[in-house]
Amino acid sequence: MDRFFHSVTLESEKCVGCTNCIKRCPTEAIRVRNGKAHIISERCIDCGECIRVCPHHAKKAQYDHLNIIEGFRYKIALPAPSLYGQFNNLDDIDIVLTGLKKMGFDDVFEVSRAAELVSDATRKCMAEGNLLRPVISSACPAVVRLIRVRFPDLCDHVLPLNAPMETAALLAKEEVSKREGIPMKEIGAFFITPCPAKVTDIRVPIGTADSAVDGAIAISEIFPKLTSAMEKLEKVEPLSKSGVIGVGWASSGGESAALLDEKYLAADGIDNVIRVLEELEDERIRELDFIELNACSGGCVGGVLCVENAYVAKARLQKLRKYLPVAQNHLENGIPGLMEWNEDLEFAPVLKLSDNLSEAMRMMSEIDAMCREFPGLDCGACGAPSCRAFAEDVVRGVAQKSSCIFVLKEQIQNMADTLSAIGGFMPAGSKPDEENRNDG
Amino acid sequence: MSMLSLKYVVPGDDFTRAGEASSDVKHKLKQLGYDSKAIRRVAIAMYEGEINMVIHAGGGEAFVEISPEEVEIQLVDHGPGIPDVEKAMQAGYSTAPDNVRSLGFGAGMGLPNIKKYTDELKIDTEVGKGTTLTMKVFAGH
Repeated sequence: MDRFFHSVTLESEKCVGCTNCIKRCPTEAIRVRNGKAHIISERCIDCGECIRVCPHHAKKAQYDHLNIIEGFRYKIALPAPSLYGQFNNLDDIDIVLTGLKKMGFDDVFEVSRAAELVSDATRKCMAEGNLLRPVISSACPAVVRLIRVRFPDLCDHVLPLNAPMETAALLAKEEVSKREGIPMKEIGAFFITPCPAKVTDIRVPIGTADSAVDGAIAISEIFPKLTSAMEKLEKVEPLSKSGVIGVGWASSGGESAALLDEKYLAADGIDNVIRVLEELEDERIRELDFIELNACSGGCVGGVLCVENAYVAKARLQKLRKYLPVAQNHLENGIPGLMEWNEDLEFAPVLKLSDNLSEAMRMMSEIDAMCREFPGLDCGACGAPSCRAFAEDVVRGVAQKSSCIFVLKEQIQNMADTLSAIGGFMPAGSKPDEENRNDG
Repeated sequence: MSMLSLKYVVPGDDFTRAGEASSDVKHKLKQLGYDSKAIRRVAIAMYEGEINMVIHAGGGEAFVEISPEEVEIQLVDHGPGIPDVEKAMQAGYSTAPDNVRSLGFGAGMGLPNIKKYTDELKIDTEVGKGTTLTMKVFAGH
């Protein structure tokens, strides 16, 4: 798979080269060059902030379209619990699930079911006590990628379990294969996704070599067709097997609440997530067992591929959850191997200046010196998010110093001064202006 | 170039800004690709020292020298000085006022933690004049 695949991409023709996205990106992964934004691939964590902030809709998430399911003999939909929060006046999850089947899926397997198993497995892992405390959730793929590029010492704190989506796909395929006698490779499992980071997570997974999920379809794409399918249902099938715990994963705090241990923290929104990670790294946050982090405000209901306002969706889910049992999915024995990561999370030092420490130190001195020449306005006109980032780019050799309009203005001023000095200089043989005029 | 020198002013009256200097040093070390275990130790020890300067000494200055082999941090203040260094080094011993403790600081772990996370620690202090902490963290330890 392409190591640098990203769901978040740029639609060049819509980009006007403004500074909104470069300012918002948490990993400083975007630069404007020649009037268009460019994403620095190895830095991007697919959080979707640029999609959210772009006023020209020039950033978009790539995802699979519904026709992808036609490539498989047996098609399973894996709806994210955030999907249930998108519908007005919904009082029964089965209506959504039956609607999905009406759209062409042979079966549905709720990701919230797998979420309950992940909660169960997390409780077991925590009780065994072999994990570094505090344990950081691995459910949000943007957060895991953020840790990978910015927080080397926290990589070992990340819960080494597959996120519910992956576990759901593995369990669903296994179940169907056994029940219907269909070979695994003829079964397709498709995640109905609230966010682009999940699309990337399927193509380039972390913790496992290959994802069992065969495609990711955006909630926003499926929404119109699904609502019309839901309106035309003659009979609602009893399909849902989730409880309060599983559906609760859709919003921030749901995953931690399921641990039944009050020593946790749940932060959401990328800026808050970064603040918590910084403090964790400095051991300023102590006495906590579990850290739940969601890149989007509100949690997965705040994903950029959702159609409804995160807080409205959350309120609807609260109402839906009210009549559900606590949990309907439990691990009978230990944690099955398919739920565990089989690859460690390894730090990727993409922000490093150079592989050679002495060279990096030389570059840093140069950056520090150059920063003092810049105005410090962080105006973004140079195409970099801050004066410091711009100085880094210049020292790395990927930007020209005169892209700073203040430096350019100074250069023009110097040139003007030089010209005016030359203009005032009289060759020895010529007469001064005044004498010429007096002669006349 | 085998040495990088950084200088910070630590304001004395603002808890919300305490930690800015150590945080900046941490970012720079990461960008240099410095040994990550050493970065963590520098960040923790320097943050403790910065907090100490805010609580006890009305702020001060931080001087950081980075070389490929080690990071040396010097924290200089003109506060009240430490009357009994031995006591101050004991875990849990604190002279922090209540209002500071109510913020979750002043648990008496500052100097003990600095000692724990650094490879060398020197304390020059004089009552009524001030304190200079000089600490070193070696890379690759």
